Amino acid sequence: MNLISALLIAIGLFFFLGGSIGIIRLPDFYSRLHAAGMLDTMGLFLSMAGLALYVLTDFSFANVLVAIKIMLIVVFVFITSPTATHAIVDAGVRAVREPWTKDKKGGNPI
Amino acid sequence: MKLQQRKSSFVISFFILLLFWVVFSGRFDLFHLSLGMISCAIVAWFVSDLSIPNPRPMGILRLWFNFFLYFPWLIWQILLANFHVMALVLSPNMMERIDPHILRFRSRIRDELGLVTFANSITLTPGTITVHISAYGDLSVHAIDKDSAAALPGEMEARVARIFGE
Repeated sequence: MNLISALLIAIGLFFFLGGSIGIIRLPDFYSRLHAAGMLDTMGLFLSMAGLALYVLTDFSFANVLVAIKIMLIVVFVFITSPTATHAIVDAGVRAVREPWTKDKKGGNPI
Repeated sequence: MKLQQRKSSFVISFFILLLFWVVFSGRFDLFHLSLGMISCAIVAWFVSDLSIPNPRPMGILRLWFNFFLYFPWLIWQILLANFHVMALVLSPNMMERIDPHILRFRSRIRDELGLVTFANSITLTPGTITVHISAYGDLSVHAIDKDSAAALPGEMEARVARIFGE
């Protein structure tokens, strides 16, 4: 049980790492947000699932409540994080920032 | 809003709030439960005319049940998309493989909450972000490459439409 939760947390951290590398490597404002999406979906979901499983190894009613609370973190982030991402994209659109595309390299320099 | 509607909205939000209170506090003695009931009643009374636009208890239960059926599928899609974006980001020739573009389409979902759910699901899936959505269901989606864009609107729209009974 401990091994599974450690494995889940490790894979979650791997997604956090990949998301951070993506934020640095991708070319422009909009595409960087795709990598940021990796952080708060699978990175958060897997590491929180690992933590919830770790709490449940010592099975009692109080710990079940704690595990439910941990999974509620994921639910609330899944509701709020797309909203925040949308607000950031909308700010970019309002500032008339051209997206980077293959044929028109560059767009506005960041 | 009619008084009857406001009453049932009050009852529904009261029980939802009470459920969250019990889960979050984790104490079941008389003091904490009565404190929770009083606070939930006050909050439910405050929000009763705006929290639930169309209060039909059975409709809301069916909506939640359908939503819980949708959630595992969404998690699975997010996992697949995560591996795709991960492979893209870590590949040495990333600049050749990505192809950011904006695609536009009109969704057939008419329900407002359904459109929000659909747009949020698109944004949650790495590789696609909803840029703009109009009241008539016209969506602009920023996709990082052709593969991410190919899935839209497709099955996700059909599943969200099924939640809201369209």
